[in-house]
Amino acid sequence: MSHRFRYRIGDRTHSFATLAEVMAKATPERSGDRLAGVAAGTAEERAAAQAVLADLPLKVFLSEALVPYEEDEVTRLIVDGHDAAAFAPVSHLTVGDFRDWLLSDLATEEALTALRPGLTPEMVAAVAKIMRNQDLILVAKKCRVTTAFRGTVGLPGRLSTRIQPNHPTDDVNGIAASILDGLMYGAGDAVIGINPATDNVAQAIRLNRLMADIIEQYAIPTQSCVLTHVTNTLECIEAGAPVDLVFQSIAGTEEANTSFGFSLKDLAEARDAALSLKRGTVGENVMYFETGQGSELSAGAHHGLDQQTCEARAYAVARHFEPLLTNTVVGFIGPEYLFDGKEIARAGLEDHFCGKLMGVPMGCDVCYTNHAEADQNDMDNLLTLLGVAGVTFVMGIPGADDIMLNYQTTSFHDALYLRRALDLRPTPEFDDWLAKMAILDSDAGFRLASDVPDGFARSLKRLPQDA
Amino acid sequence: MPDPEILTENPWRSLRRFTDARIGLGRVGVSLPTRELLAFQIAHAQARDAVHLPLDAEKLADDLRELEGLGDPLVLHTTAETRDDYLRNPPKGEELDASSVAALEEAAGDPCDLALVAADGLSSFAAQNNVAPFLRAFLDHVEGVSLSRPVIVEQGRVAIGDHVGEILKARAVLVMIGERPGLSSPDSLGLYFTWGPETGLHDARRNCISNVRAAGLDYDRAAVRAAWLLSEARKVETSGVALKDRSSEGEIDASDRATSFLAAPSEG
Repeated sequence: MSHRFRYRIGDRTHSFATLAEVMAKATPERSGDRLAGVAAGTAEERAAAQAVLADLPLKVFLSEALVPYEEDEVTRLIVDGHDAAAFAPVSHLTVGDFRDWLLSDLATEEALTALRPGLTPEMVAAVAKIMRNQDLILVAKKCRVTTAFRGTVGLPGRLSTRIQPNHPTDDVNGIAASILDGLMYGAGDAVIGINPATDNVAQAIRLNRLMADIIEQYAIPTQSCVLTHVTNTLECIEAGAPVDLVFQSIAGTEEANTSFGFSLKDLAEARDAALSLKRGTVGENVMYFETGQGSELSAGAHHGLDQQTCEARAYAVARHFEPLLTNTVVGFIGPEYLFDGKEIARAGLEDHFCGKLMGVPMGCDVCYTNHAEADQNDMDNLLTLLGVAGVTFVMGIPGADDIMLNYQTTSFHDALYLRRALDLRPTPEFDDWLAKMAILDSDAGFRLASDVPDGFARSLKRLPQDA
Repeated sequence: MPDPEILTENPWRSLRRFTDARIGLGRVGVSLPTRELLAFQIAHAQARDAVHLPLDAEKLADDLRELEGLGDPLVLHTTAETRDDYLRNPPKGEELDASSVAALEEAAGDPCDLALVAADGLSSFAAQNNVAPFLRAFLDHVEGVSLSRPVIVEQGRVAIGDHVGEILKARAVLVMIGERPGLSSPDSLGLYFTWGPETGLHDARRNCISNVRAAGLDYDRAAVRAAWLLSEARKVETSGVALKDRSSEGEIDASDRATSFLAAPSEG
């Protein structure tokens, strides 16, 4: 095998046969890349790969596809959609120079917005590998990605939250109880999104109606979503269900997406169907995507790439369909992909940075499973870091405990912590609604009302008072 | 009584009759009250211990010996050497180590209808607490079915049943394994049924019955469902997607407009 890439440290030469190998070995340590057998063998080999990567011209990613063009529709989407004119300001740079450029004062919000169509996910993944956590935070904070449906998500100084009212049997009152809990804590401006326990079309229609009824009754400037398969949602729309957002878990290779049971054509079709309902009031972003490092390897569809590069490719899929929200479910996949709190935090910051730089409205499910080496303190750390980085939205769940999916994500209390610590408001539309309903006063340091607002108090009174 | 100027209680906490979700926790400022922080810590500690405390395989074997109609249990081990090895390398939990293969080959008799495999999985508590009571209930529903000696596997994943079933030449395998523990359910047992077990099968060939535990799906109902899977699989000679959902057909009606208390018809 010829070794195209070499780096000399003292009397040792580290060599790498392919661009994919350089990318994988330059990646900060994580268990999933070891499981895949693509990680650097030693710390020095990793540092050497980073040095090699930093010296490569950004252009190399335009001439050399990491997953073959002929075999993969995600590659075709990336290559065919590349805008050479937008790329021009950085086309002469190496990966290392690009890091410098991003951190420099040349990279203003406007310059970064104009650059987006000129960046491929591989370029973005590459530069992330040689950036420290503070670099990932600082550059992401400069990126502005604004989207809208019934509220405007992603404005400066704002943080949105998803209410995730999951219930192990999809009990309507159990779900409504969690929604009420979230609303009373000022959550839910990104979306009210249910992972159904029973995943079929009939159930999705039922849950869509349940949420639409609540949103309508209290005139809440937010949107709902049932996190079911895209083909199920299409059937829901055809059956006349009140669908706001179309959900799909997406990955960065065609093969992985095939294992999820969809192609890009399905996403386009479902998006058109959702747009035809015209349910948005202030915008037309109708897609909600979820991603997460490791899903390609998990599907045996990673083409020898590292998991962070695969993940960035998923954002090329996301941005093509102009989503309202995209969410990296960073700690859900388990310790064989991200072993501990440190690896989870690093991945969360990388994903947020890569998504934002590409123009994706990036949120993060700051989360962990009980078999990962992580705890609530790790979640506090990542939540705070992402808040500083300007994360678009985070999850909200009663007491951080998802009783259906059996993992821990951020709570309604956690989001309020971040609002107070960093002065972050909900969307303007939702902020006004919270004030009008006398739930949360953002102007007074995010103070919650001590009483239940009238409309909700009436709903509670209707319940029989047995216990 | 907590000082109401410090701790604000949430009147909707009573809605916990509808859900186990941690709603209505109350707040201090916008933060979690101490009592709720401590309650969470205890739940998390139990879930962590469920993952990391080893299964007492000999104790489980003793429990199984007390059940009438079962052979003598065999205790085996996968190629995962430690818990850390198991967590980082899932494929190692899907293969028996060499001495276990030898022991199982020696113990294998005539082909049986159903191999019974218990494994720690991600919750040793689940296997320790729930396998014996589940099997006690299950044995009432499998008259005329030839069963393997129960096999207990340490550091096992779901697919370990394929390896065990293949060596035993079993027509089907039932894996009883600790599920990923949640805060509210550290001891959830999962039942995975596979027709025609052999190494390398995809998950699409399995049927799963989840959350088997005293506070979840009770042993009798789990036993009825597992026995249903076996009898249906014997008719169609496969498992997984082909059997999926048929046991719960017609349970959900999309035209069901039953709405929640939050959006009940107003003022009427």
